[in-house]
Amino acid sequence: MKILENRQQWSLFWIFPILFIVGFYFLPMASILGHTFASGSDSVLTNQINWTIAGRVVGFTFYQASLSTLITLLVGLPSAYLFGRFSFRGKNLLRILSTLPFILPTVVVAAGFNALIGPKGWLNLLIMDILQISTPPIRLLNSMPAILIAHVFYNTSIVIRVVGTAWEQLDQKLENAARMLGATPNNVFWKVTFPLLLPSILSATVLVFLFNFTSFGVILMMGGAAYTTIEVEIYIQTMQFLNLKMAGILSLIQLTFSMLLTFLSLRISGDRNVPIIPMIEGEGLRKPDSLLEKLFVYILTALLIILLVSPTAALLFRSISTFSMSNSIGGMASLGLTLENYRGLFFNDRHSLFFVPPIAALRNSVLFAAASMTTALILGIMISVSSSKNERSNKYLGFLVMLPLGTSAVTLGLGYLSAFSSTPNSIRWFPILIPMVHALIALPFVIRIIQPVIQSIPANLHEAAMTLGVPERQLWKHIDLPLIRKSLATAAIYAFAISLGEFGATSFLIRPEFPTLPIAIFRYLNLPGGKNYGKAMAMAAILLIICGIGFFIIERLQIKVKGENQ
Amino acid sequence: MLELKHIEKNYNRLPLLEDVSFSVGKDETVCILGPSGGGKSTLLRIIAGLEKPAAGQVLWDGREISTVPPHLREFGLMFQDYALFPHLNVFDNIAFGLQMHQLAEDEINRRVEEALEIISLRQVADRSVTDLSGGEKQRVAFARALAPKPNLLMLDEPMGSLDRALRDQLIKELHMLISKMDIPVIYVTHDQEEAFSIADRILILHEGRIVQSGSPQYIYTHPADLWVASFFGLNNRLEGKICSIDPVTAETAIGKIAFSCSKQTFSIGAAVDLVILPTAISIKENSYGLNYFEGRIIENIFKGNNFVIRVGIQESAEFSFQTIKLYPKGKEVGFTIDPDSILCFKRKR
Repeated sequence: MKILENRQQWSLFWIFPILFIVGFYFLPMASILGHTFASGSDSVLTNQINWTIAGRVVGFTFYQASLSTLITLLVGLPSAYLFGRFSFRGKNLLRILSTLPFILPTVVVAAGFNALIGPKGWLNLLIMDILQISTPPIRLLNSMPAILIAHVFYNTSIVIRVVGTAWEQLDQKLENAARMLGATPNNVFWKVTFPLLLPSILSATVLVFLFNFTSFGVILMMGGAAYTTIEVEIYIQTMQFLNLKMAGILSLIQLTFSMLLTFLSLRISGDRNVPIIPMIEGEGLRKPDSLLEKLFVYILTALLIILLVSPTAALLFRSISTFSMSNSIGGMASLGLTLENYRGLFFNDRHSLFFVPPIAALRNSVLFAAASMTTALILGIMISVSSSKNERSNKYLGFLVMLPLGTSAVTLGLGYLSAFSSTPNSIRWFPILIPMVHALIALPFVIRIIQPVIQSIPANLHEAAMTLGVPERQLWKHIDLPLIRKSLATAAIYAFAISLGEFGATSFLIRPEFPTLPIAIFRYLNLPGGKNYGKAMAMAAILLIICGIGFFIIERLQIKVKGENQ
Repeated sequence: MLELKHIEKNYNRLPLLEDVSFSVGKDETVCILGPSGGGKSTLLRIIAGLEKPAAGQVLWDGREISTVPPHLREFGLMFQDYALFPHLNVFDNIAFGLQMHQLAEDEINRRVEEALEIISLRQVADRSVTDLSGGEKQRVAFARALAPKPNLLMLDEPMGSLDRALRDQLIKELHMLISKMDIPVIYVTHDQEEAFSIADRILILHEGRIVQSGSPQYIYTHPADLWVASFFGLNNRLEGKICSIDPVTAETAIGKIAFSCSKQTFSIGAAVDLVILPTAISIKENSYGLNYFEGRIIENIFKGNNFVIRVGIQESAEFSFQTIKLYPKGKEVGFTIDPDSILCFKRKR
């Protein structure tokens, strides 16, 4: 009787997530399929598939993704070596900095690079001041290099995280053993180190390629009109031409490739065979010894700091700076500190883009983020618990929830639009749809953070607690919750930050009177005029600071968890 | 012949090795014995060329080799936990060193087969090294280190993670294999039994210094100081003052004890530490005279072939030793101590 009762109780834990995934993932995806292959009913001329555009766009997507990945590896692999084999001053700071991009929304990064290399950015202002000219000399924005730089900024962290960690954990005794057996330094690398790192290098490469392949915000905001990838084209076809058929076919192409890549990436990371031997932390690390090593460490560290810090620093300073161009010949720019940009957020300008003061976007974003965080956490806990209770649930549910990971945000946005907007209820639905799609996007991350912790709670802990007088129903409160508290907090912050910064799916579902912060930043960045630019900077800075605080808390939580393990 | 002269090494500004000098002759097996953290592995790494000493010289056949990189030294090192290459199978692990020496493929195959034969693991040649048992891994690591025919073989805690029964078996095998080779062998261990059964000569390394060297029998019966004695588990200790010279006798908490210490000279009143070897004590009921004491059995532990009993004497000393017979707890017993099996260390002030 009791067993039956338990089973019914636990079944809720997987039925509910499955309903969610069916309703908010499969239904939208099916709807895209439906719209794309529905024949005859649409006689509108624009609703046609243009294969020339599709071919060009797919080609460019592969081209930019490959090039971005290649450059990322060129920067990332030496950095992984730096992290994996050397100890040097400032390493910890650099490590923290290098994980920052994981949590930075694309709009913040785009705004950051805009503040650095954009027409109103620091670099141009500096050169204009030095050369006494009135037009920005550097036109990096809206170019291929801008896209590449932003992608390298984002993804170097992945290479450092995946390959650097593997390198650090690679037992140095293996390399020493090879040396003792007569291998030259060259042979040691190619016969031992490289083959052992290969799985993690491949894994990082696929992951980086996947992110570059599905990159949307960066391309839209930094590439400009000349560069359209599949993602951007889906957006343009949907929002500008209302050609859902074309958008749909592009989404399906995108979905096929990204699913393949995701599958590949999960496969590779699954059979990684780097020997991870319990060792003293930092055992394989050494201080740079020779002049060459010192040069390598210092130059690379400096480059990484410039790459990782300059966009965010440029953004923060730009948001509190004002420039006035004097009208006299020579066009001197004068620099001043101001909070004007922030003050501007509270006013509803006559020429305002929205019908509300920009600060309302912050309120909207926070509300959406709170709702999506709650949804993602509840679902994440349900799935993790039911997976730990039931082998089958672990297998199938685990696969289902990872699907959104292989689906781009833009495709999700399109799916939601085509599934839910055709009904007259769409206006009422809209405030729910955004948190739902954000929760769906955050769910794989939430699960990856809390599931391992829940599964690692040994069964005998429960048994021990029961023999010590804890009733079965309170095991959760006395054992599990205290153990997963920190990872739960980490997952919550991640989900919150993901929702706060989400741009791709939101851009399809948002209503003008209800802007979120990223949408508002994007719109203001595209408007002419110093005031609007300043407001975009201020909003991006606010988003950066909120994410930064979340990131700081996560870092602190991790340090404490580490300390407890030792 | 390997020779080390005044090797120094620091770690985090603390001395890890201090003035270490010794040599290993052709076909000699030297054990470096000491507690973990004593600098044993570092010493091996210095000989291997994986680490540079802060000062001192490493010589091979009289030639200074400090600047020779490890892959050119032609020394074999069997690592602690074996460091087998997980991406290669058993055969390729053993072949690795031969390939690095660019031998012909036929020769490599022949030598690997030969090595597999020696360690009786022919049947696992194609197996992944991650699938091997601990004992098999150890033997593969041994074969891999030996295959390139090194001029010197070093073994770093080769029995490290193996269980007791397997360890005894493998020590026997290893001893046989090593004694057949005519190259110098350096064997690092923290386990005295291992060292005793393998070594021609033992060096005891404590806090970065060689505190004693000699044959196993000699150093066990003549520990250089109290630390070495307690490292060997010789814990029957007494403090005393010399009260007579002929025979040498010390006044201790349990009374006067006579001992024969031919090599040392004493003056009356000198403070000494006495260590009584367990073999020195034998139970003799109702005896009397020199070195006869009485005590009460505190503990008896069954050890299979015999018992180890602990005897307390007037609550001021406790001795442990082996007996064939079981003596019940609480029983009063008398025993004598053989004056020839008492070690005496002069107190340093």
